[in-house]
Amino acid sequence: MPLLKGGKPVNDPWVHVADEVAIPATGAVIVGLKRWRRERESLLKRGHPVGVRLKSNHTAGDVADDLDHLGVIALAFPVFTDGRAYSNARRLRERHGYQGEVRAIGNVLADQYLFMQRCGFDAFEVREGDGEKGWDKATGMISVFYQPAADDQQSVASLRHRD
Amino acid sequence: MYRYDELDQRLVDERVEQFRDQVARRLAGEITEDEFKPLRLMNGLYLQLHAYMLRIGIPYGMLTSTQLRTLAEISRKYDRGYGHFTTRQCLQLNWPKLEETPDILAQLAKVQMHAIQTSGNSFRNVTADQYAGAAADEIEDSRIWAEIIRQWSTLHPEFSFLPRKFKIAVTGSPHDRAAVRFHDIGIVLHKAPDGEIGFEILIGGGLGRTPMIGQTLRKFLPKKHLLSYLEAMLRIYNLMGRRDNKYKARIKILVFELGIDELQKLIEDEWNEIKDGPLALPQAEIDRITEQFAAPPFQAPAPASPGTQVRKLDNPAFDDWVRVNVAEHKQPGYAIVNLSLKGLGRVPGDLTAAEMDSVADLSDQFSFGELRVTHEQNLVFAHVLEADLLPLWQSLSSLELTTPNLNMISDIICCPGLDYCSLANARSIPVAGRISTRFQDLKRQHDIGELRLKISGCINACGHHHAGHIGILGVDRSGEEYYQITLGGDAGENASIGKVIGPAFSSDDVIDAVETIVATYLEIREPGETFLASYRRIGEKPFKERLYPEPNHAAA
Repeated sequence: MPLLKGGKPVNDPWVHVADEVAIPATGAVIVGLKRWRRERESLLKRGHPVGVRLKSNHTAGDVADDLDHLGVIALAFPVFTDGRAYSNARRLRERHGYQGEVRAIGNVLADQYLFMQRCGFDAFEVREGDGEKGWDKATGMISVFYQPAADDQQSVASLRHRD
Repeated sequence: MYRYDELDQRLVDERVEQFRDQVARRLAGEITEDEFKPLRLMNGLYLQLHAYMLRIGIPYGMLTSTQLRTLAEISRKYDRGYGHFTTRQCLQLNWPKLEETPDILAQLAKVQMHAIQTSGNSFRNVTADQYAGAAADEIEDSRIWAEIIRQWSTLHPEFSFLPRKFKIAVTGSPHDRAAVRFHDIGIVLHKAPDGEIGFEILIGGGLGRTPMIGQTLRKFLPKKHLLSYLEAMLRIYNLMGRRDNKYKARIKILVFELGIDELQKLIEDEWNEIKDGPLALPQAEIDRITEQFAAPPFQAPAPASPGTQVRKLDNPAFDDWVRVNVAEHKQPGYAIVNLSLKGLGRVPGDLTAAEMDSVADLSDQFSFGELRVTHEQNLVFAHVLEADLLPLWQSLSSLELTTPNLNMISDIICCPGLDYCSLANARSIPVAGRISTRFQDLKRQHDIGELRLKISGCINACGHHHAGHIGILGVDRSGEEYYQITLGGDAGENASIGKVIGPAFSSDDVIDAVETIVATYLEIREPGETFLASYRRIGEKPFKERLYPEPNHAAA
């Protein structure tokens, strides 16, 4: 699955490890929340980066105390209509001040990149064939933002009342 | 009237081009109908029984004459020469072609209009009191706050994929004309004892399959916190609202399942995290938007109020119209005029392109070039000189828009029903037509007095039947159209949900049933008592007995 960062396909240094699969000896891994909780100490002792996958019914609060240890938090869109991950991403960035990678996984559609980016996602596991061109189009067509969010876009109200 | 600045305009223009690209991808087969569906739904484009339907947003129902003329032109050029005003103060075109919708949106953008989020599981068109800025009983103009909410909720990155659609209404008057208690969020402006104006926030009202009345979440919210509070409410709903069953996904179900106290705690906790952040409203922005809703340049009233004079003219038809369709204005010498779109033979809420042009011209002549759409599917000229009432009435009469039936039994809210809608179980427009015909004697209607009748063609309740003094719901009974009747609903400040009176009636019998209900009311009412008041005093018993006589009673 291609990974887009900064609008470009990049090599993914992270490996998703499914719950029932053994953790590899080396390399950066992303594991499910249950496993993270259960194997926290051994995962940290490995000495390789670790990230956590959250399902859409998990919340940012579920990993709030662990953020210093996590290089990636992958938030799932089981279907594109399930918008809970947008709120979780904003809470991670704005409430918990998380600076690591927030990755969109699952049913990630080009027409939603911009919303995701605004909510604090900075990495996107996209469909085969979706790439740079789709990114530029999807994020470049709207340049006016009414709301402050987790990105650095100036909101309309702040543009209107610049000192 | 709010005018777009360069930023508002750029966003709408960009959105048109974005949608044009999405339509082009669909027409070229690059995306499937399944993939296109969420994209078109974010722009108010539905696929209905016979054709696409485009729902054009009219924020808080406000239109300029220029905008109405554009709607006329669009409906002539791209549709069948008419439009349908909805209970969300929007306008629906029933026959647009997919490939032409980007051009329709481009033409709308030229007059500062759009169809953003008029469908889909996100914020819908924000509605408000149609008398805003004119009502004698108003605390403050609700349009200011509806516009602030419109902007905040437009293409909101976090809340574009909510569990279900989300409706917000605002009223600035204690007398609720905007049905705020039947909204996901209802906002009521209040003045505190110290003179500060703020908001009461209601949550969890709604119609549909599970009608519920909104509850007070917070009694008083200072103005500057409006958006941060709404954001906290929406975040909790986005995270916690049910997504397993679309019929249980509205916020009212979350309120019901968690309880108002628990939900309030969650929302207040969230709000405390964000209330002093960038969503706090700058006073300069409140002022900027407030200025745009400044009162038009009213004339000083003439020494002898002409309003009382015209009422003395020997013209009972005009007199009836003034009494029924004209409301009190806050400015002496002015009046609020309702244009009834419910005259005999009209489809409730429909207006032809020619009528739109004429109404636009009259609004220029008589009401500062602006008008409003009501959630009851009528139109309003908000600022008419009392001295102009007679000439306005004469002009509107020639358009057949002066039927003096506001809030009467023939002023029916009616959904499109099975004539258009793929969800409907039964037709609703013909039933509305037959009721209007049966009660066409205006003397009789005026004797009956205020009686709000609302018809939905299915359980989704687009015709607000739960909130009707008499509600009619179309149901399917083994392939036949039947109609269930509810009594005692009300959308106002003392909101109530109508109660099913008994088994449904066939299409042939439903009009007689309404007649029986009205006759029963006329028998039991006390002097000056409205239908609703009588029903609330006595209850359903006399109505039930007359509608469903026991066999032995019938024989007696």
